Amino acid sequence: MIGATPQLKSARRRGELQGKLFQAFLYLSIAVGLVTLGTLVVQVVIRGVEFVDLVLLLESPSADPQIAGARPAILATIYLGLLLIAFTVPIGVGTAIYLEEYADKSRWYNRALEVNIQNLAGVPSIVYGILGLAFLVRGLGLGRVLLAGAMILTLLVLPIVIISAREAIRAVPDTIRQGAYALGATKWQVVSRQVLPAAVPGIATGSILALSRALGETAPLLLVGALTYVAFDPTLLGDFTALPVQIFQWTVRPQEDFKILAGAAIIVLLLILLTLNAFAIWIRNRYQRKW
Amino acid sequence: MRKGLVRKGLVFGAVATLASLTVVASGSASPEARAGSGNTITVDGSSTVGPYVTAAAERFQRASSGARITVGISGTGGGFERFCKGETDLANASRPIKQSEAAICRQNGITYVPFLVANDGLSIVVSKQNTWADCLTVDELKKVWDTGSKVNNWKDIRASFPDVPLKLYGAGTDSGTFDFFTEKINGKSKRSRSDYSATEDDNVTVRGVEGDRGAMGYFGFSYYEENQASLKLLAVDGGSGCIKPNIKTVQAYQYKPLSRPLFVYAKRDSFKRPVVQQFIRYMITNEKTLAKVSKYVSLTDRQLKKSRYQYNQALRIAKR
Amino acid sequence: MATRDLLIGAEPVVRLRARRRRWSEDVIKGVLALCALLSVATTVGIVIALFQPAFEFFREVSIVDFLTGTEWTPLFDPQSFGVLPLIVGTISVTLWAAIVCIPFGLGAAIYLSEYARGRTRKILKPALEVLAGVPTVVYGYFALTFVTPLFRDIGLRVEIQNALAAGIVMGVMLIPTVASISEDAMSAVPRDLRDGAYALGSTRLQVATRIVVPSAISGIIASFVLAISRAVGETMIVLLAAGQLPNLTLDPSETIETMTAFIAATGQGDVPTGSIEYMTIFAVGATLFVMTLVMNLFSIRLVRRFREVYE
Repeated sequence: MIGATPQLKSARRRGELQGKLFQAFLYLSIAVGLVTLGTLVVQVVIRGVEFVDLVLLLESPSADPQIAGARPAILATIYLGLLLIAFTVPIGVGTAIYLEEYADKSRWYNRALEVNIQNLAGVPSIVYGILGLAFLVRGLGLGRVLLAGAMILTLLVLPIVIISAREAIRAVPDTIRQGAYALGATKWQVVSRQVLPAAVPGIATGSILALSRALGETAPLLLVGALTYVAFDPTLLGDFTALPVQIFQWTVRPQEDFKILAGAAIIVLLLILLTLNAFAIWIRNRYQRKW
Repeated sequence: MRKGLVRKGLVFGAVATLASLTVVASGSASPEARAGSGNTITVDGSSTVGPYVTAAAERFQRASSGARITVGISGTGGGFERFCKGETDLANASRPIKQSEAAICRQNGITYVPFLVANDGLSIVVSKQNTWADCLTVDELKKVWDTGSKVNNWKDIRASFPDVPLKLYGAGTDSGTFDFFTEKINGKSKRSRSDYSATEDDNVTVRGVEGDRGAMGYFGFSYYEENQASLKLLAVDGGSGCIKPNIKTVQAYQYKPLSRPLFVYAKRDSFKRPVVQQFIRYMITNEKTLAKVSKYVSLTDRQLKKSRYQYNQALRIAKR
Repeated sequence: MATRDLLIGAEPVVRLRARRRRWSEDVIKGVLALCALLSVATTVGIVIALFQPAFEFFREVSIVDFLTGTEWTPLFDPQSFGVLPLIVGTISVTLWAAIVCIPFGLGAAIYLSEYARGRTRKILKPALEVLAGVPTVVYGYFALTFVTPLFRDIGLRVEIQNALAAGIVMGVMLIPTVASISEDAMSAVPRDLRDGAYALGSTRLQVATRIVVPSAISGIIASFVLAISRAVGETMIVLLAAGQLPNLTLDPSETIETMTAFIAATGQGDVPTGSIEYMTIFAVGATLFVMTLVMNLFSIRLVRRFREVYE
C-alpha cells in the first residue's frame, strides 16, 4: 500500500471495526422486529391452539370456558367486512376519481381536501369511536348496533382506500387517457372504460388491505358496541360483538382458560387477516401491469 | 381481460351488497332487536350480578328457542340510569334502587318490580403470597379506604404487619359494590379514597390482586369463588369476631357488615312480554342450581318465597 | 342514430346529442364530488363531536385547572379534573415506544436502503410490513401474557400492568412505520450522490450516515413524528398492558393510565349523557386530537418537503 503508515493502518482498522459494529446494529434492527413477530406468533399459537376447534367456531360465548365459542363474534366480523366493502369501495373510489380526474388542482378547496384526507388517516382510531358514540349511538339514536360499527369503521379506513385508489389511478399512463379523448370519448367514458379497469388491481389490493386493517380494530367498536355478553347471531340493527372485541373481553378475564380461549380466537382472527392479505397480494401479482 | 376484470369487480360488489342485504333481512325476521321488543331482553347493571344473570341467560337461551338476551356491566348506577330511561328491560343491582334514581323512573313513567335473585358477601381479598394478614377489622378497613387516607403500606394498617407497599384495587364509582362497600365501611356511600385501580369490571380487580404481593381488593363473593386458586380470602371482624364469607354466614347475615342481597329489577312494561316472564320465572325456579353453578350464595327459603310472591303478583298485574 | 360528431380538436363541432352528454357528465362530477365531501363531513363531525361538549366542559372546569392539575378523579367525590396524570402516562409509554422504534426503525431503513441486496430486500420488506398488520389487541394480549411475565422472570420488578411492557411492544409495532417512510425518503436521494461518495473511497457506513441520512433527514424526521403520533393515539395495547390507574409518574414499572385508555374505559360503560363525567370523554378526546393533529400536520409538511426537493 502506498503511504500505509501505522496511523493510516490503525485508522483503517478502526474504520473497519466501526463499519462492522454499525452493520451489526443494522442486522439487530431487522432482527428485533422479526424475532418479536416470530415470538408473538409462536406464543399465541402454542397457547391457543388447544382450544381451536369446532366449539370455538360454532358455539356462543359462555361463562364456562370449556363450552365457550366465538360464533357471534366471527359472524359479526364477517358481516362487518361485507358492509365495509359495500360502503368504502364506492365512496373511496369515487373520491379518488374526483381528486385525480375531475378536480382542478389549483383550486384551494381541492388542495384542502387532499390535506384533509391525509389528516384523517392519522387521527387515532378511538377518536372515530367518540365520533360514532356522539353521532350515531346517541345523536341519531341508532344505538349500539352493527350498522353503527360498520359506519364508523368505514370512516376510519376510507382515507386508506382513497389514498391507495389514487395511487392506482395515477399509475395509469396519461397516454391511455389522451388516446381515448382523441377518439372523442367524454371524461366519464375515459374514466370508466379506460382508467378504472386498468386501476382495478391496485384499487382491489388497497381496499383489501384497508379491510384487513378495519377488521383488526377494537377501540372504536368498544365505544360503539360491544356488550359483555352476546350469545346470539348478529343482525344489522342488533347488538353485536366483533372478533377483536371478543378477544379483548376474554383476555381481561382472570381465569387461565379464558386466556387460552383468547389465544385461540386470535389464531382465528390472524388466519382471516392472513387470507385477506394473501388474496390482495395474489391480485397484485396476477393482474399488475407494467406500463 | 380488462373488461372481464371490471365485470368481476362489479359481480363481487353486487355479491357484497346482496350479502349485506341478507344481514338486514335476517334482522327483520325478528322485528328489530332493539331494547324491549319481540324476543329480545336487554339487561344491564351490576357487574356483581352480571355473571349470575349471564349464566341464567345462557341456560335459558339454550332451553328455549328464539330468546335473545344481552347482558351489559355498566355498574349498578349505570344500569339504573339506562333502566329509568327505558333503554333496558332488566336492571341488575347489587343494592336497592336509590331515591334519586326512583324519582327519575317515576318522571319517565317507568314502573318496575324488584326480584331477589341471590345473596352476596362482599369479599376482601389479597394475593396468595400475602402470609401475614388473615383478618381485618372494620376500623382497619376504614383506615385504608376512607377518603383522604394516606395508608400506603401494610405496616400502617397494623404494627405487626411487615413493611410491604400496599396496592389497592376496587370497584369503580358507577358500581353498586362501590356504593355498598363505602357505605358500610366508610360510613357514607361514595365516600372513598380515589388513588386505587378502579374498575366496573371485577375481572380486572382479580387480575390485579393475584399478581401483586402487597395488593388488596374487594368484590362480590362469586369472583373470589371463581378464582380461589389464586386469591386469599380475608375474614372481617364486624364486632363479633373474625368471620369469613360463605353460604352459611352470608345467608344468616353473620358476615357483618358486608352481606347483602342481589336484585334484578324488571320494568313492568317489559314484564308484559311472555319471554321476560319466562326468563324471570326461570331464574327463580332454578335459583339453587344457578347459584351453585355460578358460585353465588343462594336465597334463603324466606327470600325465595318472597321472590315467588313478587313474581305471581307481577304476573297478575301484567295480565290485567 | 349514431352519436358521432364532427371533430375538430377534441370538441365536437356539431352537437347532435352533446347537450344530454354534458348534463350527465355534470351529474357524474357532482356525485363524485359528493363522495369527496364525505371526508370533509367526517372532519367537521369529529370537530363538532369533540369540541362542542369540550367547550361545555370547560365552562364548568377551568381549562387551567384541567391542564395543570395533578389529580384525575372525575368519577370520585371530591372531583378533580387535572389531566396531567393522563398526559404523563401517555408520555411515559410513548417514551419507551420511541426508544425502541426510532433507532431500530432507522436501522432497518438504512439496512434495506443501503445494505440489502435485491432478493433479501424483497423478502425482508414485506416481512416487516407484517408487523404493522397485526391487530393491536393481539399486541396487547402479547404484552400482558408474555412480555410482563418475562420481565418479572428476569428480575425486573414491574407491576402486573406497567408502562414498560406496553411501551416496548408498541415500539416494535411501530418499527415498520419508521422504517418504510424513512426508506422512502432515502430511496429518493439520487444515486449520483452515493456513487460520487463511493468513487471517493467512502465506506458504506460513511455514505449512509454522512450522505444519505442527512439528505433524507426531513422524511426521516417525518417518520419519527408520525410514529410518535401513532403511539400517542394507540389504545388497545395500553388498555390491556399499561393499566387504568391515573398515576403522575414516569416510572415505567408502575401502573398508569393513558388518555386513550381513559376514553375507552369510560366510554364503554354507560356514563349518564350530559353529565360532567360524560363530558370528560370529550375533553380528553379533544386534547388527544389536538396533540396528534399538530404532529400529523408537521409530519405531512416534512414529507411534502422531501418529495419536492428531488422531484
